[in-house]
Amino acid sequence: MSRYSQGSLIVSSSPHILDNITTTRIMLDVIIALTPAFIMSGVIFGPRAILLTVTCVAACVAFEAAFRYITKKDNTITDLSAVVTGMLLSFNLPANLPYWMAIIGCFVAIVIVKQLFGGIGQNFANPAITARIVLLVSFATPMTTWPLPKQVMEAADAVTGPTPLGILNMGTGLEAIPSNMDMFLGFIGGSLGETSTIALLIGGIYLLARKVIEPAIPVAFIGTVFIIALITGQDPIFHICAGGVMLGAFFMATDYSTSPLTTPGRIIFGIGCGLLTMIIRLYGSYPEGVSFAILLMNILTPHIDSLSRRALYGVMKRGEEK
Amino acid sequence: MRVSKHLPAIHVEHNKNTMNCPTEKMPIPDKVYVSMVQHIGAPCQPKVAVGDLVKVGQVIGDSDAYVSAPIHSGVSGKVTAIETTMTSMGIWDPIVTIVLDKKQEVVEGLAPPVVTDKDSFLKAVRDSGLVGLGGAAFPTHVKFNPKNLDEVDTLIINGAECEPYITSDYRAMLEDTDYIIGGIKNTMKYLGIKRCIIAIEENKAPAIKLLRDLLKDSPEIEVMELRSLYPQGAERVLIYEATGRVMPLGKLPADIGAIVSNITSIITLEKYLQTGMPLVAKRITVDGTAVRTPKNVEVLIGTPINEIIEFCGGYKRVPRKILMGGPMMGRAIYDDGTPLIKNNNAILAFDKEWAEFPKETACINCGRCVKACPLHLMPTSIFKAYDKKDIETLKKLKVPLCMECGCCSYVCPAKKQLSFINRLAKQLVQEGGKK
Ligand code: SF4
Ligand code: SF4
Repeated sequence: MSRYSQGSLIVSSSPHILDNITTTRIMLDVIIALTPAFIMSGVIFGPRAILLTVTCVAACVAFEAAFRYITKKDNTITDLSAVVTGMLLSFNLPANLPYWMAIIGCFVAIVIVKQLFGGIGQNFANPAITARIVLLVSFATPMTTWPLPKQVMEAADAVTGPTPLGILNMGTGLEAIPSNMDMFLGFIGGSLGETSTIALLIGGIYLLARKVIEPAIPVAFIGTVFIIALITGQDPIFHICAGGVMLGAFFMATDYSTSPLTTPGRIIFGIGCGLLTMIIRLYGSYPEGVSFAILLMNILTPHIDSLSRRALYGVMKRGEEK
Repeated sequence: MRVSKHLPAIHVEHNKNTMNCPTEKMPIPDKVYVSMVQHIGAPCQPKVAVGDLVKVGQVIGDSDAYVSAPIHSGVSGKVTAIETTMTSMGIWDPIVTIVLDKKQEVVEGLAPPVVTDKDSFLKAVRDSGLVGLGGAAFPTHVKFNPKNLDEVDTLIINGAECEPYITSDYRAMLEDTDYIIGGIKNTMKYLGIKRCIIAIEENKAPAIKLLRDLLKDSPEIEVMELRSLYPQGAERVLIYEATGRVMPLGKLPADIGAIVSNITSIITLEKYLQTGMPLVAKRITVDGTAVRTPKNVEVLIGTPINEIIEFCGGYKRVPRKILMGGPMMGRAIYDDGTPLIKNNNAILAFDKEWAEFPKETACINCGRCVKACPLHLMPTSIFKAYDKKDIETLKKLKVPLCMECGCCSYVCPAKKQLSFINRLAKQLVQEGGKK
């Protein structure tokens, strides 16, 4: 009888089976979920939008590979998180932003925000959002010169123009605000990946169905925006379709590293994002507040986490043994 | 206070391939190797010497310590060696080797014990050699005799069998149904417990139905369906699911009015009460991708694992990992010559494809482990605190509560060995606490 023993047998600690979920699979799901919005960006803004996204993805992957190589760490580009960052960053940029500016954004996102903090899972701020804010304050004009969708261009006889939220912010020419239908489909001015509510919604539902994200953050975020719009007498549909709410709620605020661990924490986080977004929109000098709102909530995440620990089994809320 | 009806649990592929395999009795081997460490507590001292002749049912190992249980021979034959070898518990301990004479003569005077009251019942439980057969291997007579026995109002019989692959308890429920009921009634009678809950996962519907039919006229014994999720059979989880009671850290089930016993333990006990034959054989499931004919087998304790697998058609692929117990909490063994011990309920052998794991990557902070933990622990925070050797934080995170069920490791997309780190963290807290 043949004997098998140490050497030929693996001796490891239990459990001896694992779920087949991997980081790469999760990131792939996010990429799949972003694809409808990616396609719509091409339809709405033309090939320049597609090229900008491809550039950002390539730059993010290259920066990540280079950084890991130079610092002699494991190459992590196969986890696809750099691809996701590249897509998300470009989705937050105007379609005709000069390529070199976008590449600076990629550097900020990957090298400064993500890798210098130790790589995936370690960063406290969302890389794409931070990069967008850095670009916004560095290159204010190109970052707020919004190309208009083809249809709008012909009608308005202009190449660029304000976003719907921009119009609202200026408070004049309100009749130029597009119909809710155009907003829902995405034929409006804005960052290249944020305009099509329907495409983002499809992606968001895919992520929920694949259990990549839980409903807590998007529902709390969008719900809060909706309710505040209602209370302040604005059109709630307009506010959830306009600007970056959909993109932010489903794809940016749900970033694992920078959002709370537990469901209650995530609800608080989502409400905070919605609240801050609306405060900036209604009272701030910027027309749009999603990025700032998410970044601020990112900073608060560790605190939310420590406040919203689940009541441990056998330990009452106040930490006393039962 | 019951916050929610259930504790978190995860879905793990059941793979109960052997559900419909009736238990086969394995022929007696040529040699058995009986370990003197088969339970938690004080190990046994050999009560025989090299050259002695032993018979079936004879005590071959025992200890004067309270937390211990005797070990019996399941064979008749001659003791040829008593050597210290590496046991499946991973420590060096005496193993008694017996060469069988194949006569299977029963020791003189083997008869059903005389049980009249609690004390004689507990003595019988000890004499039967019974230990927790669900996996923990804690001597049953100790568990049945808590200081506050009068406060115990519920006997919980664990028939969850939540580990994938294993079906031996299920087969036991179908094949030894009468012993279950008899064992429960005796235990309730002599320990003075008024109520019993038999908790079974709903994927074992035929067993649930069978027991319910037989217990129609016994309202004090309830058959309860559990969800088919892992880890419903873990003691803390089981008590919560069955009674809604929470067992705080450092407390025993009896402190919250419950005694938990595994279904096979109850059967073994009742067999002893009826026949006087102690625990010498075990019903186990043999399965896994490397085994040719998965089966349920009744095997003598001390039989080497490779012979058991040989009985099940041998290996069909080269094994790379062999487990004693289930894939979630079982132990990987070093050598397939390792003999069977009392608390084994399965032998699983797996091939290379199955045994090798993907590489561990960085934690992405996804929160899946937090959501999965039945006890609401935060494994991601625990491993980060462990990396920093931060004992204070580990204490705050209640690491000692962790039951190493493996749910967190199972769901982690980064393939972090979270439950293993938790075990190390528990040790660290313990050592740190001593200083
Ligand atoms: S192994 Fe411990 S921390 Fe992990 S899920 Fe089980 S009890 Fe929770
Ligand atoms: S499941 Fe794994 S990757 Fe996710 S938070 Fe827990 S340890 Fe990190």
